[in-house]
Amino acid sequence: MSKQKKISGSEAVVKCLIAEGVEIIYGYPGGAIMPVYDELHKYEDKIHHVLTRHEQGATHSAQGFARISGKVGVAIATSGPGATNLVTGLADAQIDSTPMVCITGQVASHLLGSDAFQETDIVGISTPVTKWNHQVTKASDIPKVLAKAFYIAKSGRPGPVLIDITKDAQFEMFDFNYSKVTGIRSYKPVPKLETTSLNLAADLINNASKPLIVWGQGVILSEAEKEFQAFVEKTGIPAAWTIMGVSAIPTSHPLNVGMVGMHGNYAPNMLTNECDLLIAIGMRFDDRVTGNLDKYAKQAKVIHFEIDQAEINKNVKADVPVHGDAKESLTKILPLLKSRKHDKWLNNFKELYKIEYDSVIKDDLFPTKDGLTMGEVIKEINNYAKGNAAVVTDVGQHQMIACRYAKFNKSRSNITSGGLGTMGFALPAAIGAKMACPEREVVAVIGDGGYQMTIQELGTIFQSKVPVKIVVLNNSFLGMVRQWQQLFFEKRYASTELVNPDFTAIARAYYIKSKKVSKRDELASAVEEMIRSKESFFLEVVIEKEDNVFPMIPSGAAVSDIRLK
Amino acid sequence: MEKEIKTFTVSIYTENNIGLLNRISAIFQRRHINIESLNSSVSEIKGVYRFTIIVNVTEIQIKKIIGQIDKQIEVIKAYYHNEDDTVYQESCLFKIKSSLLFDDRQIQNIIKDSNARIVTVNKEFFVLEKSGRRKEIDGLYNKLNEYGILQFVRSGAVAITKKPMNISEILSDFKN
Repeated sequence: MSKQKKISGSEAVVKCLIAEGVEIIYGYPGGAIMPVYDELHKYEDKIHHVLTRHEQGATHSAQGFARISGKVGVAIATSGPGATNLVTGLADAQIDSTPMVCITGQVASHLLGSDAFQETDIVGISTPVTKWNHQVTKASDIPKVLAKAFYIAKSGRPGPVLIDITKDAQFEMFDFNYSKVTGIRSYKPVPKLETTSLNLAADLINNASKPLIVWGQGVILSEAEKEFQAFVEKTGIPAAWTIMGVSAIPTSHPLNVGMVGMHGNYAPNMLTNECDLLIAIGMRFDDRVTGNLDKYAKQAKVIHFEIDQAEINKNVKADVPVHGDAKESLTKILPLLKSRKHDKWLNNFKELYKIEYDSVIKDDLFPTKDGLTMGEVIKEINNYAKGNAAVVTDVGQHQMIACRYAKFNKSRSNITSGGLGTMGFALPAAIGAKMACPEREVVAVIGDGGYQMTIQELGTIFQSKVPVKIVVLNNSFLGMVRQWQQLFFEKRYASTELVNPDFTAIARAYYIKSKKVSKRDELASAVEEMIRSKESFFLEVVIEKEDNVFPMIPSGAAVSDIRLK
Repeated sequence: MEKEIKTFTVSIYTENNIGLLNRISAIFQRRHINIESLNSSVSEIKGVYRFTIIVNVTEIQIKKIIGQIDKQIEVIKAYYHNEDDTVYQESCLFKIKSSLLFDDRQIQNIIKDSNARIVTVNKEFFVLEKSGRRKEIDGLYNKLNEYGILQFVRSGAVAITKKPMNISEILSDFKN
């Protein structure tokens, strides 16, 4: 055995990260995490630490990094306020199944519980929003706890893990030894697939006359894109997506019938309540997808491909649950399926698309009124990025429009805050996405409200020279809330109007190239200039103030009660 | 049937980890469900701990809750049972003035009939211990209360299921 040299707990943290293949981490220093930062300084040739302007930004950057790459994102912060600022990102990663490891410093163990300076019970606070969390008070526990953290974050249904390390554990010297975790006896990340369920599912699929597929992020998380496309093509079944699932197969695929849910497409929502078989793959029947559960696909048999047992029968009862990893399930079911076509049924989707096109899409993409629409901005981005950009969105009207109209050729291209609906997500997430995949075009599309929640991350873009493209769709309103106020609160616009600053001046202050567009004839060239730019670029587009996003399923209504206006 | 509120016993086998109690109770809390009683102890397997939780919910709810408990990393397995599927006991202690034993002989009969046990006696007070089902304990409480109870405390329920739980198999599965 080689003679081991004692190292400090803080050096061990950095060595563990290196052993896990981590190259970029996002964070913010402070008292209780300073020993780790001191080691990060020594190892800066191996690990690139990106100083964000707020710990929340660090978590969203780590999430953006994870979502585009499939790797674990890492964020690091100090105790107390540093740690509590991570909570929104943790909750976002938890509900959107994003693999992330957060490391926080903590006061020395003899001070725990004493209300010491910057002490907070972050393990207690983060418990409901983490897949796992743990406090370390001894240096010798650091390697095994961090190895476990990475294993848990990325295995099975991924999620965030928080590891809190007391300052004395960071200073303590010990014999370092690292081995990766490959299993935990109380945790079964991938269930054993039952062949019976596959046979039952195949039988239903082979005999259905009006089947509909709804897929979610599970297809992407299990890297089952190819298997999924083969499944769709062999069965000939129209396939619709949740916003977390989009880009798993190309937007242009002839069997891709669009988005389900509150602002999804008309056809898949209407026909959810007409299909005879609903095949859900890697999705969890969120209320924004299903509308009123008592009126959701009641006429249909339901097959639910799902890795997480707790999601099966949680919202929608599955006639045939296929409990397993999507990639494995789809691979194994494929030989059991007949090659079929559903042209007549598919035609129903085309007819309803025509209705949606005439009453909504045409006016969104080719408006004749003076004011610019969000849809035409996305159309121009499609024109110049050719469907190859990763589109990072925030939350609200712009998000729905971007998800509806953005074209995607590649998987992992739509990065958005789905389940939690976190305003402020996009700008820092775009930073992480661009750093994970520098060769890809990354365009953040953000509303004027959410942009100002994490606008300080422009500083990160400037300091770390991250060539992201930023489009702010400025309608001087918290647009989605205003839309609800208009439709459901008799136009009482309570606190939704924004008096905005000169956004281009703010971008300029960070030495980021910027442009503002308010006329249609300036739009295309501005988008072209932005996409062509080698550096980061900020584009503000002034949007018609009171545009609404349609179609819309009013809250509590059935999916088939979707409104076109 | 599934929508009727009933009493369920939840048995959770876990690793020993600080914070796991918090994680489990949060799952009830977020659904606004009151925990009737909770007990944590060692189990029949070395290093494996066992929670016994009693809640009044519908069967639909308890199934979803069990799913969310079961997926916690350090939970080995979570089960729920109807009252009929378990043998369960609660334990309680009464502190009563010693003089009552002599002033009113009836109290001695109550103690004998209830199968309660006197743990300690001194000049001022005696302590009575009783294990049993909730109803038996409530019955004894009501009888003694007529004479005056100085202190009363009741434990959470502990329960053993009639069917096997196969935790050892689950754990040995992991090794293979």
